Amino acid sequence: MLATLGMQSEEDLIAYLPPAVRFNSRLSMEDGKSEFEIVDYFKERAERNANGYASFLGAGVYNHYRPVLVDAIVSRGEFLTSYTPYQAEISQGILAAIFEFQTMVCQLTGMEVANASMYDGSSAVPEAAMMAVRVTHRDRILIARAVHPEYREVLGTYTHRQHIPVEELAYEKNGRLDLDDLKAKLDDHTAAVIVQSPNFFGLIEQIDELSHIVHGKGALLVVVFTEAVALGLIEPPRHADIVVGELQSFAISPSYGGPFAGIIATHEKFIRQIPGRLAGETTDASGHRAFCLTLATREQHIRREKATSNICTNQALLALMATVFMSLYGKQGMRELAEQNLAKAHYLADKLPLAFDAPFFNEFVARTNGKSPEQINAALLDRKIIGGLPLARFYPELENCVLLCATEMSRRQDMDTLAQAFAKQ
Amino acid sequence: MIRKVSKHIVQNEPLLFELSSPGKCGYQLPALDVPPVDPAKTLGAENVRPEIEDFPEVSEFEVLRHFTRLSTWNYAIDLGLYPLGSCTMKYNPRVNEVVARTEGLAWAHPYAPEVLSQGCMEVIAALEQALAEITGMDAVTLQPAAGAHGEFTGVLMIRALLEQRGNPRKKVLVPDSAHGTNPATARMVGYAVENIKSNERGMIDIDVLKRAVTEDVAALMITNPNTVGVFEENIREICGILHEKGALVYMDGANMNALVGISRPGDFGADVMHLNLHKTFSTPHGGGGPGSGAVAVAKALTPFLPSPRLKRNGDFWTWNYDLPDSIGRVRAYYGNFGVLVRALAYIMAHGANGLRQATLDALLNANYLRALLEPNYQIAYDAPSMHECVFSDDRQAKKGVRTGDIAKRLIDYGFHPYTVSFPLIVRGALMIEPTETESKRELDLFADAMASIAREVENDPELVLKAPHSTRTSRVDEVKAARNPIVRWQPRS
Amino acid sequence: MSYPETYKFTREHEWVHPHGAEAKIGITDHAQHELGDIVFVNLPKVGNSVKRAETFGSVESVKAVSDVYSPVTGEVTGVNDLLAQKPETLNEDPHGEGWLIKVTLTSPEELQALMSSAEYEEYIKAE
Repeated sequence: MLATLGMQSEEDLIAYLPPAVRFNSRLSMEDGKSEFEIVDYFKERAERNANGYASFLGAGVYNHYRPVLVDAIVSRGEFLTSYTPYQAEISQGILAAIFEFQTMVCQLTGMEVANASMYDGSSAVPEAAMMAVRVTHRDRILIARAVHPEYREVLGTYTHRQHIPVEELAYEKNGRLDLDDLKAKLDDHTAAVIVQSPNFFGLIEQIDELSHIVHGKGALLVVVFTEAVALGLIEPPRHADIVVGELQSFAISPSYGGPFAGIIATHEKFIRQIPGRLAGETTDASGHRAFCLTLATREQHIRREKATSNICTNQALLALMATVFMSLYGKQGMRELAEQNLAKAHYLADKLPLAFDAPFFNEFVARTNGKSPEQINAALLDRKIIGGLPLARFYPELENCVLLCATEMSRRQDMDTLAQAFAKQ
Repeated sequence: MIRKVSKHIVQNEPLLFELSSPGKCGYQLPALDVPPVDPAKTLGAENVRPEIEDFPEVSEFEVLRHFTRLSTWNYAIDLGLYPLGSCTMKYNPRVNEVVARTEGLAWAHPYAPEVLSQGCMEVIAALEQALAEITGMDAVTLQPAAGAHGEFTGVLMIRALLEQRGNPRKKVLVPDSAHGTNPATARMVGYAVENIKSNERGMIDIDVLKRAVTEDVAALMITNPNTVGVFEENIREICGILHEKGALVYMDGANMNALVGISRPGDFGADVMHLNLHKTFSTPHGGGGPGSGAVAVAKALTPFLPSPRLKRNGDFWTWNYDLPDSIGRVRAYYGNFGVLVRALAYIMAHGANGLRQATLDALLNANYLRALLEPNYQIAYDAPSMHECVFSDDRQAKKGVRTGDIAKRLIDYGFHPYTVSFPLIVRGALMIEPTETESKRELDLFADAMASIAREVENDPELVLKAPHSTRTSRVDEVKAARNPIVRWQPRS
Repeated sequence: MSYPETYKFTREHEWVHPHGAEAKIGITDHAQHELGDIVFVNLPKVGNSVKRAETFGSVESVKAVSDVYSPVTGEVTGVNDLLAQKPETLNEDPHGEGWLIKVTLTSPEELQALMSSAEYEEYIKAE
């Protein structure tokens, strides 16, 4: 090959680079390692994590069973090692799967259009806010305080330098959005009202009621979810204008917070304002059904500085995991799974003093009465149990409150142990 | 002659919804070990949905077959050369997949106590350190989820620094050869975009740049090597021009596969850059994600890095949230950790010498391919190529055949097409990046295919214009899809 | 396709057809040909005002978006609703059924600066 280029050594390939830009030393790192050394290194790291613990953490990342078929399918090189399906003729597999994903997201959320996925739930929130700004030509955003605190932080990062004012809406004594606060703050400049349901405390918001209030002022209602399993049982936010959320619950391992798959879904009338990639149905030259990426003119590679977003990739492989998961559970399984989560969480909650009395799905806030959450959690760690999330970290007003989550993976015996740790003096 | 592929039976497959029939399922949950609860009573009847309308009902084996059949309709790196320029489609080592699934890593919860997350934190710290060394920068954040997200993070930091200096300034300069994400990003951070025209060699024109850099300019977003695969030889001078006026240099690291071990952006004057871990560092593209857009910064920008940052207390890692100048979070949690594990495994497998060797091999493959293609295709610029080479369809266009048509014909020869019609500064661009992981045999086959297509363009252009001829799906009607968008399946009423 | 003599043309490939105090605006046959199959047309609302040389909408093909600039200043009195359903009309009949908007002419003198059909044909030949 070098001879073809008339060169003696590979160093000749870079000989023309000005010396001032050349890096002439050796990178300061070790020599290459063998496969088993690498596997060992990561095993050792894994052992320094919470191996073999039962966990009651939720708060946006959930512990659900991953059917083995998921990895069998996503490990196929044809899915794992392909890229964005710009060449539709040799990408029909991933395009059809994305089309199925978009369809199932619509069915789950009660929307008419969903894109091929977003980075994650948190970054989908500012994308929804910016979409609402484009649609309404208004610029003020209201967001419920019971939306995931890190999602709210991400929204702030995006809006702060675009000079989009964001205000928080209080929650009521029962943990749900304070409708009076909403009515007081909602005005003719409000582009969107963003609420989460089930909210960060696990509580189901009154979407219908607040949609009337929001739409009465001409603003858009954005509904966020972090626990997708809830949608197997809970009425979807059909009256929302935009739904964004996180599908980590659908066979995506927690993986210390990512990669996950976010979604954004909306009504057909807003299809040209939705960010990210969309797969669409069409036909090929012989008239057979075929799929392709469509409405690409919204995107950065065509519209450049006028694009709906700078988003370039989606989370195709994670979206595929979620698609396989939804296919396996199906109509019946999605409901049974949600009912199991509901039953487990209520079994645990019945043993504990609750901070809020609104209906909840598989997460709830418990009071620690007399002990600190840290004391309780430390005692639980000795029993190989990771307790709930102490809420004071995000909500100073909720000192001595813990956010707990139970899923189909939670064992009764561990729940009993956890309840005892709360009770013991 | 088509040598790489032969005809092969492909299975047809309907959509899942069309396979569905009532009562079928592909799951088995354990028996409930707690009393069941009545959803309507617990949640309120108004909060409970009767069912998920039209959701599929299929068996486990049907699911497996369905997705296996779909998979056979895809091309993939595992099947052959995937020469998408600027996408760095290299081999995705399978050990990366294994280590990312190590139970203690894959099931780590982001809110687990720090004392039980030390393994994850060590992985993050090790990768941050390795990437800082590779880029010659001071610090790295691994929070951004993808390249474009990294760009957003980087430009936001630039804005924060300039604001602290008293004036965020008004615009960002972007060469006309840049990726579309660059101008879109600048806008998202509140900057106006000014395009800089490239010179006749496909590089930044120093005089044009000097005139454009005023006190209003916040930054230049530059890709190096640029999108025509050429090293910006005046890069130090370019950075100097920006710095002299108090502006910063953002480097788009999409093409870092050309530089690892031989040149460091931190050394030649870049202030901030992103790295696409799914390109240079071999994590799988997965049909379009997940990516990871690590961002490396020079010292002046470190106070503005996204929150939280890792901090070492003796032997113990903690997350530090006390960062008054930070731009804040760009996403929840700490980044696409599973992707970070794979990237670190890649770096470990190569080590210092292996990384440099991989770069040289990538350059060799690109230049070898360029030499084989030049007799038949018009190279866009004479300047030496690095990891990719860009041609124009000038010669073929005379016969009415454009780059998009040649791309479709390549499919018949068993290859994924190159990047079509980008960069925009080249008329009818063919942008080709083979990467270091291709063998000479595969490159020769590709060059043969391209030569054969060039002959077809001369002798039988219709054959090329109607391609592909051998795929299960013939040319897809994108116009119909866009005029009447159907983006979900619906039952026939 | 011929360029009607009663129309005036811009360098950005729009045409304007004055008719009394009103005018119809569209894009030229040359422009539609360059864009290829039109898939979507984005137009202002009746009552919006348009300004000479400023963009009032856009025309999209599968892989390109082109802004449309107004040849004249005025207020929008009509929008071609047909294009929402049948954007292909712009390809088929750009100077007729494929018109974009109707406006009132607030500064009719602006027409003087535009090209005649003969001048426009020369212009696109040279381009």
